[in-house]
Amino acid sequence: MRGRPLEVIAGLTARELLRRRLVHALLLLTALVLVLTGWGFSRIPHLHLGGELLTPQLARLAAAQLLLLVMFMFSFVVGLTAAFLAAPAVAGELESGIALAVLARPISRAEFLVGRWLGLALPLLAYVVLSASVEFWLVAVGTGYAPPNPVGAEAALAGQGLVLLTLTLALSTRLSAMTSGVVAVVVFGAMWVAGVAGAFGSAFHNTAISAVGTVSHLLVPSDGLWRAAVYEIQPKLFASASLSRVGSPFSATSAPTPAYLVFAAAWVLLVLAVAVLSLDRREV
Amino acid sequence: MAAAGGGWQPEGQAVLTRGLTKRYGSRLALDGLDLEVGYGEVFGFLGPNGAGKTTFVKLLLGLGRPSAGTGQLLGRPLGDRSARSKVGYLPELFRYQGWLRAREVLTLHCQLAGLPAAGFSDEVGRSLELVGLAGRGDDLVATFSKGMQQRLGLAVALLGSPRLVALDEPTSALDPVGRHDVRELIRRLRQEGVTVFLNSHLLSEVELVCDRVAVVDRGRVLAQGALADLLSGEGPRARCLDLPGDALPGLGAVRRDGDWVSVPGLDSSRTPELVAAIVAAGGRVYQVDEGRASLEERFLQLLERA
Repeated sequence: MRGRPLEVIAGLTARELLRRRLVHALLLLTALVLVLTGWGFSRIPHLHLGGELLTPQLARLAAAQLLLLVMFMFSFVVGLTAAFLAAPAVAGELESGIALAVLARPISRAEFLVGRWLGLALPLLAYVVLSASVEFWLVAVGTGYAPPNPVGAEAALAGQGLVLLTLTLALSTRLSAMTSGVVAVVVFGAMWVAGVAGAFGSAFHNTAISAVGTVSHLLVPSDGLWRAAVYEIQPKLFASASLSRVGSPFSATSAPTPAYLVFAAAWVLLVLAVAVLSLDRREV
Repeated sequence: MAAAGGGWQPEGQAVLTRGLTKRYGSRLALDGLDLEVGYGEVFGFLGPNGAGKTTFVKLLLGLGRPSAGTGQLLGRPLGDRSARSKVGYLPELFRYQGWLRAREVLTLHCQLAGLPAAGFSDEVGRSLELVGLAGRGDDLVATFSKGMQQRLGLAVALLGSPRLVALDEPTSALDPVGRHDVRELIRRLRQEGVTVFLNSHLLSEVELVCDRVAVVDRGRVLAQGALADLLSGEGPRARCLDLPGDALPGLGAVRRDGDWVSVPGLDSSRTPELVAAIVAAGGRVYQVDEGRASLEERFLQLLERA
């Protein structure tokens, strides 16, 4: 049987993650975080307030708030991991000369690029699903709090990772590995800050500042998807609580619309197509 | 080597370019290059550093796009996927994945070349054997010296019975034994009818193995043709003293260049007659050559004229 070039490149890329022990390191550190946070969540029902044990309702609210903080850390890890993985995935191969021998074979640039993307995207998705599922389960067992839509939250977090992965890969078809990674991380941070600013603008009914958030969510939907994940993790009452109205990055006032989720998926596909076009026109 | 090229029928020329031009901004890397390489030839592409040799090979393989001009590789348009499946390529500046073992690199290229999976193991073993890496197949590429990486690169280029092998400075990192091995490998490919396109600035290497050569400089072909034609000079000559007169009996008028004497139009096969005539006329002969320029001399002449 002859392996198709796209599958061969995807398999090679995923194998590289294992061989370079990136998967081992990420899983080990994540396991450590899960153990520590699991222990921490399990202590919440035993906390006292005013000399009395927290009521189950208060314990669940506290757990929900802390879970959002933990998931923010996971979102940060997923975003940065996506950028660090994708930055050298094309630029590094071009700079080192590895791509010369590979692209001289009967393989199209599209197969090479999409193969690299798949080889990084699938392990990233698996990581998001595995780590978030275990974290949600630990919180549920320790405190009784369960996010209203854990699958939706995982999908949004994974989407955020794919946005960063695809953007960085597209950059690395033209920029050096180092520059691609740095630019992607700065964009990630800037979009997050713009999202926070937009939420403040909405809370204070300032149209101009609110537009900053809207534009950032359309420009690069990383923060938009983080807000979608937050909405699916937080208790329903958070959406209307006063806390959300001052623009906290750890709360969301409205559910992600299907139109926005479709837009985010289309954004990823469009940027991937641009990356293919960019590599196709590049001299190797 | 495996019979991936089995059933394949050659079309046109192995390499054919017409007016092939490549610009990088304002710099002209290839300036309307016309070149033909026949099937089964060992073709030397000679030129100083920066002459455009690597650029030319990259355009042949679709790794870059020409700014103007056209070309064919194995009878197909430049960069054509089916043509690339029959080409082995050793780039000049290359690396393979250091985290893979040599055997895994070769298996990867078997997959990318679309060879039948059942034959991977034999094909990989045979390629390693051919380049003298038979005992190192399970070593990580990262542990290889530059010379060993070059041998691995050759093994990659030889996978799957390619119809054309493009070697870009294949011996630049090799020791004398390695260079000898590469020459033997090229001769073996010629015997098997494989076209070899050899990019090199090592003239002795080209002189020893190539049937035809092209000399390029600043993106232009200065000369191309059979090696014997390119090196043929102005006939035999002798360095002698005390030769009287301006003509030799039976041969004709002589031309003098310092102590060197020659007869215009005399074929090199008549060198003994030239010596005998000089001695008969009373001249004393100290040195004789057939008048065949070395490739280095001809190369330098061409560059100076350009």
